[in-house]
Amino acid sequence: MHELPFVESILKITLEHAEKANAQRVIALDLVVGQMASIVDDSVQFYWDILSKDTLAEGAELRFKRIPAVYRCWDCGHEYQLDGEHLECPQCGSLRVQLIRGDEFRLESIDIE
Amino acid sequence: MTTTVPVVENILGANERLAQTNRARLDETRTFTVNFMASPGAGKTSLILRTVAALKDRYRLAGVDGDVATTIDADRMAAAGIPAVQINTGGSCHLDAVMLQGALPQIALEDTDVLVIENVGNLICPANFPLGAHLNILIASVPEGADKPYKYPNMYRGVQAVILNKTDLLPYFDFDMDYFRRGVEALNPGLAFFPLSAKTGEGFDAWLSWLTSQADAYLTP
Repeated sequence: MHELPFVESILKITLEHAEKANAQRVIALDLVVGQMASIVDDSVQFYWDILSKDTLAEGAELRFKRIPAVYRCWDCGHEYQLDGEHLECPQCGSLRVQLIRGDEFRLESIDIE
Repeated sequence: MTTTVPVVENILGANERLAQTNRARLDETRTFTVNFMASPGAGKTSLILRTVAALKDRYRLAGVDGDVATTIDADRMAAAGIPAVQINTGGSCHLDAVMLQGALPQIALEDTDVLVIENVGNLICPANFPLGAHLNILIASVPEGADKPYKYPNMYRGVQAVILNKTDLLPYFDFDMDYFRRGVEALNPGLAFFPLSAKTGEGFDAWLSWLTSQADAYLTP
């Protein structure tokens, strides 16, 4: 359910850029998806197959680049990837930490011909 | 021949732009807007009703209620004397900026100081669809368990306050308050936190005094 509006938006952006570039067809999409973006690749693919039908982008391949969640500790400066439930800094145990990467969700580029 | 066209566009950018339009519309009439989000059954409606009952002599209030179906919640708000608009999302699991934009003309914004939005009960999607509200509040509740910040981190990251509702049930649940607080603190350092019971009123004063201070700061700059 939740991925449907995302895929509508992906398709809209894709078609705008494809038409602007006078594309005959869209071959592939490069999507950047952070670990914290709560996006399921298979679900995106499922809606994509349905929504892209009869458009320039029908059958285009979806390539997902996953960005792991990375936190930075305010107290000791250590940067680390999220490991399950352990949010605290593995170096000094502080909870004064900030997510610096991992909530991306963007369309990076499209391959057209 | 295949060519790569750079796009670099945020997939939810359209919603975010529309949320900014909503915000600008609300700012025109200086209508302080508060978006309440929670899982189904966390006590959104009863907490909102108790809140509006306490504030309705102080501010001119209105409500927007998002649900997949029915007008039960808007009816309850209207019964409490607050003009309310129901948005039925027709199956969609969250309100988005387009839906709020459609509802705003049905509200007398010029005569509204504080607009209360009750989002669809859901801990995933509302986080991705900002509406343009001035405050986003997450209502958690004791029976849901203390692990929710860890399981639904996005909801905890985008809000200005977390309410922990149903504290009257703490004696009956193994709710690890320290674990909950640590999760919230890691996701959103320094976040305002209000443990309370919308049923008994315990802890409610601290929440109301914070909310009115936020609203007053906006309404009387």
